[in-house]
Amino acid sequence: MNVLVCVKQIPDPNVPGKLDPQTKRLVREGVDAVLDPGDEHAVEAGLQVIEKEGGEATIISMGPPRAMEAIRRALAMGGNRGILITDPGLENSDALSTARAIAAAIKGQTYDLIICGTESTDGSCGAVPAQLAELLGLPLLSFAKKLEVADGKAQIDRQTDDGYDVVEAPLPAVVTVTGGINEARYPALRGIMQAKNKEVKQVGLQDIGLDGKAGKAALTEEVVEIKAAEARKAGEIVEDKGEGAKRVADFLAELKLI
Amino acid sequence: MAGIWVFAETVDGTPAPVVLELLTKARSLGETTAIALGPSASKAVQTLGKYGAKKVYVHEDAAFRDILATPAVDLLARLIENHQPDLVIFGMTYDGRDVASRLSARLSTALIANATDVVKKDAGWAIITPVFGGTLLVTTVPRAKAPTLVLIRPKAVAAEPAASASAPQVETLTDPVESGKPVARVLRREKEKASGPKLEDAAIIVSGGRGLGAPENFKMLDELAAELGAAVGASRAVVDAGWKPYSLQIGQTGKTVKPTVYIALGISGAMQHTVGMKGAKTIIAINKDPEAPIFKLADLGVIGDVHKIVPQLILEVRSRKGK
Repeated sequence: MNVLVCVKQIPDPNVPGKLDPQTKRLVREGVDAVLDPGDEHAVEAGLQVIEKEGGEATIISMGPPRAMEAIRRALAMGGNRGILITDPGLENSDALSTARAIAAAIKGQTYDLIICGTESTDGSCGAVPAQLAELLGLPLLSFAKKLEVADGKAQIDRQTDDGYDVVEAPLPAVVTVTGGINEARYPALRGIMQAKNKEVKQVGLQDIGLDGKAGKAALTEEVVEIKAAEARKAGEIVEDKGEGAKRVADFLAELKLI
Repeated sequence: MAGIWVFAETVDGTPAPVVLELLTKARSLGETTAIALGPSASKAVQTLGKYGAKKVYVHEDAAFRDILATPAVDLLARLIENHQPDLVIFGMTYDGRDVASRLSARLSTALIANATDVVKKDAGWAIITPVFGGTLLVTTVPRAKAPTLVLIRPKAVAAEPAASASAPQVETLTDPVESGKPVARVLRREKEKASGPKLEDAAIIVSGGRGLGAPENFKMLDELAAELGAAVGASRAVVDAGWKPYSLQIGQTGKTVKPTVYIALGISGAMQHTVGMKGAKTIIAINKDPEAPIFKLADLGVIGDVHKIVPQLILEVRSRKGK
C-alpha cells in the first residue's frame, strides 16, 4: 500500500496571528512554525494504514525551505520519505495552485491513498484536497472520523450535522480526516534521529513542469483590503467569591430566560 | 442575463437552512437561479422561489444523494459552460465545500471560502472573509474568468423571504448522471441521538473548553443545558482531544452559532473558537484565568472555577424555576 500524506507548516496557532498591512500577508517573522496539528491526524491515519496493510508513507508539503521541518516531524512520527515543493514563484499561492503543484509533483507515481487534513488551521479553506482529487480524477472521501482500508476499497465514517454517513470508494482515493479520527502519536527520540537520514526530495516549479502555470503567475484572486471588524464591547467582569453562580442566574433572569 | 446562481442543497425536498440565507444574499446582487439536485428536489421549488429564485434547475436523480460531489460537479460544469453565470454561491457545508472545490479545479476559476458577505464592486464582485477570529475583515476580488465560486458560512446572512415573489421558472433536467468514473458512494446514514435543541436553533448554548479538565466533567454541562433547555457545544481543543464529537464543535472549523445567550465554560476564547460564537446576542464566560481573551467579549464574565460555579448554578436555576 502506497500512501501519500499532504502536510502544511503553519505559524504556531497558539500565537495570535497578525497581517502585514502593506503586503496583506501573514506576518511569519518571530512566530514559530509548526506542523499543522490537523495534519498530525492525517499522518497518524496514514501510518495506521501501512502498519495494518503494509507499504510505505510518503509525506509531501509545499512551502518555504523551512517547511522541511514539518516534513521531518512527520517522518519522525514514522513516515518513510518526503517531497518538498519549494520555489519563490510559489509564494502567495492560492489553493488551486497548491493543488496543481502537488498533483504535478507526484505525476507518474501511484498512490493507493492520499490523506489530508480536512483544512489547514491557518487558512481554513479546505479546498486543496477536493481540488487535488479533481485534478487526479480520483474520488474524495471527506470529513472522515473513521477510516478502514480493505479489498482495494476505502471506507469512512463521514461526519454529518446529525451523525455520520458510511461512505465507500475504490482505491486509489483521496481522504480528508477530522481531528476526531485518532490520537496522533508523539515522535520518539529514535524516530527523530532516524528522520534526519530519511530521503526528502526537494523540487521547484521547473522540476514539476509548472513554470509560469502556478503560484504568483496563476493567481485566481487578490486581496484588496484588510480592515478591523467592529469590536464587541466588553461587559461586566466579576470575581467569584461564592456569589458567581448567583450573579449568572440573576443575569439569565434579567434576560427572562429562567 | 445569467446572473447569480445558488447551489441549493436539499434533503428529501426541503432546502437546507443555509440555502435560504444564500438566496437572500443572491437576490440582492442580481437575477437569481437555484440549482436543486436529488430525489424530491422539485418539492423545494416553491420555497426557493419565495426566497428569491427566479429560475430553478431541477434534477431528481438519486445519484446526487448517494454519490459525493462528483455528479453535482459534472452537472454544474455543464450548466455553467452553457449559461455562463457571473457568480455561483454555495453554503460552507460538508457537501457545499466538496462540490465548490472540485468545480474550481475543473473550471480553473476563483474559489473564495469562508465568506460572510459578497458585494458589488466596480464591474465585478468583492468577497468579505473574516480572519483571526473575525477581528479583521479581508476583501478579496476574483482575478480569474467567470464564474467566481463563493462559499458562504452558514448564519452569515439572515434569511428573509423576498418582498415580492412569483413562482420561479422551472427547468427539469433528465440528462444521464453516472459518468463511469470511480466515485465515493454513501452506503448508509447513521443518526446520532442528540437530546435537546440543535446548536443552530438553540436560544441558549452551554459550551465547554479544555478548562473543564476531563471529559466526564461535561456531564455537568449536560445537566445545566437540560435545566436551561440549552444545546451543548464544545471548543476545538475538546473535540481534538476526543471528548466530544466534531458535530458539537463551534468555531472556524466547526459551526457558527448565534444564540440569545452563549455560556462559555472553561473556554479561553482562542480566535479559532470566537469566530463561531461572537455573533451571539449575549455572552457569559466563566474561566479561572483573568487574562483569558474570552472576557474581552463577555457581557458577563465570572473569574472563578467552573467546577465549583457550574454545580451551584444548576442548583440556583433549579430553585428559581421551582418558584
